[in-house]
Amino acid sequence: MARPDLARLQQFARECRVQILRMLAHAGSGHPGGSLSVADILVTLYFHRMRYDPAHPTWEERDRLVLSKGHCVPAQYCCMARAGFFPESQLITLRKLGSPLQGHPDRVMLPGVEAATGSLGQGLSIAVGMALGLKLGGKGARVYCVVGDGEIQEGQVWEAAMSAPRLGQPDHALDNLCVIVDYNKIQLDDHVRKILDLEPLVDKWKSFGWPVLDIDGHDFAQIDKALDQAEAIKGKPTFVVAHTVKGKGVSFMEDDPEWHGKAPKPAEAIRGIREILGEALPDWAQAVVGELERLEPR
Amino acid sequence: MPAKASRAAFGEALLELGATDERIVTLDADLSKSTMTAKFARTYPSRAFNVGIAESTMIGMAAGLALTGRVPFACSFACFLIGRFETIRVSVAYTQAPVKLVGTHVGVAIGEDGYTQMGLEDIACIRALPNIPIVQPADEIETKQAVAWAVEHPGPVYLRLTRQNLESVHGDDYRFRFGLAEVLRPGQDVTLLASGGPLWNCLEAAKRLAAQGLGAEVVNVATIKPLDEETILGSAGKTGRVVTVEDHGVHGGLGGAVAELLSEVMPTPLRRLGVTGFGESGDPKGLYAKHGLDPDGIAESVLKFLHR
Repeated sequence: MARPDLARLQQFARECRVQILRMLAHAGSGHPGGSLSVADILVTLYFHRMRYDPAHPTWEERDRLVLSKGHCVPAQYCCMARAGFFPESQLITLRKLGSPLQGHPDRVMLPGVEAATGSLGQGLSIAVGMALGLKLGGKGARVYCVVGDGEIQEGQVWEAAMSAPRLGQPDHALDNLCVIVDYNKIQLDDHVRKILDLEPLVDKWKSFGWPVLDIDGHDFAQIDKALDQAEAIKGKPTFVVAHTVKGKGVSFMEDDPEWHGKAPKPAEAIRGIREILGEALPDWAQAVVGELERLEPR
Repeated sequence: MPAKASRAAFGEALLELGATDERIVTLDADLSKSTMTAKFARTYPSRAFNVGIAESTMIGMAAGLALTGRVPFACSFACFLIGRFETIRVSVAYTQAPVKLVGTHVGVAIGEDGYTQMGLEDIACIRALPNIPIVQPADEIETKQAVAWAVEHPGPVYLRLTRQNLESVHGDDYRFRFGLAEVLRPGQDVTLLASGGPLWNCLEAAKRLAAQGLGAEVVNVATIKPLDEETILGSAGKTGRVVTVEDHGVHGGLGGAVAELLSEVMPTPLRRLGVTGFGESGDPKGLYAKHGLDPDGIAESVLKFLHR
């Protein structure tokens, strides 16, 4: 695959982070920490790696993304809106009655979402089934599954982990599957290592038969290179450990468990937006700020 | 037709349908010899996946396969499937993945293995989900046709199958019709609603009741969800007394569904026969007698209900 336009991805990621803050402030609830940590991974997938057609979301040859850490779906919504699945003006309907932008992804209400997730631990199994189904159907599409670090404390993940490298062998091996863990080191209650440590994470997945890549999940070149490598590995699915920072890009949210599941107040969102884009805001961001300023204080 | 377990009829149907329909795949969790998909797996090895003793991921994988154009049958004992309710709830039901869930070894009829292997709450659990139909066939011909229907049904499905052999209650010209209950034996005095294993027992009980001058109408409710309200209300309106019979807990199963329907639409005296409390080890016959699900027990309950 061609080398990514890093400046473009960086710009999209900044916009995505602004939209995340905007959406959550409007919704008054949601999960900023993990949405911000996974943003660079999703931006790379949507704007450099995945093949899809927003006008035909059920196009059979499309690459699939299963965001198993479904609570971070605001980051996906931002990418989908920018990609043209729905208008960006719809983003602020997040979590509102009647909106297809459900608090956790809904496959039926929002075309382009591949599976309902958010009950943690389930997405990988679905992604494995999709990868197998595509192989059986002779399709060349790829399946990406993004899991959370806390999420992989769920037993079902390890059932799938044990299964996937062997499944479909030899004719339908799942080398069309790439799993990425957003390793931001924090879960709802506290730091992962204090709740239930995952280490040695790389060794665990290797011992289950997965090729494992260990990268900086905020470095677009590294993300892209890992996805290239994953695509080149034949006969097995690949697991990518993407080290990230919870709340990435907003100083007062970074590495703080408090921001796992607390929405920013409008003023906090504005502060974050200015951190991400700088004080001289472009017109669209100025409009976002104006809109936030008009929100009733909660 | 000779007596045959509905799981066996299921295995045969799948084998036959799989010959021409490449979309059909099976998933098992180390019970393929019991769910009767083993022959399918031997015949079509590239379309059969034994994922190990890992029911949650089996169900999730089935969802992924269903969403990429396959017709996956995810099979295990009913109790082990339902044990992964949250996966069924989100990965299958809410995702609207057209997975065919097949729960075998239902009820106390499995006998000696005891409670931990008995599907006794599966109808109640699946019934709580808005979009998974429940079909419980009563004999070989009905099972085979229900399997063929399930393949073509565009949504998720739950098939409830027995370990034990089932006597045939249908002729060769029987046609399964999803969503419709079937009056197998007309009667004026009481309505017996059942499907699956206890259906034949109800027919036998009706003969005993007839000998005492009571006309029991026996209705095969093969589709437990959605209920065929028209047929059930029609029969209940005619007889004025309804008895449900099921090899399932008395709470939330067919009896619960019928109670909900009757109490809202046409309050009618109702007796729910089924399993109370936990199951236990024992010979199937003895267990059916203990829980009043054999012909004598059913007839006795009906007589008591009608104050005879």
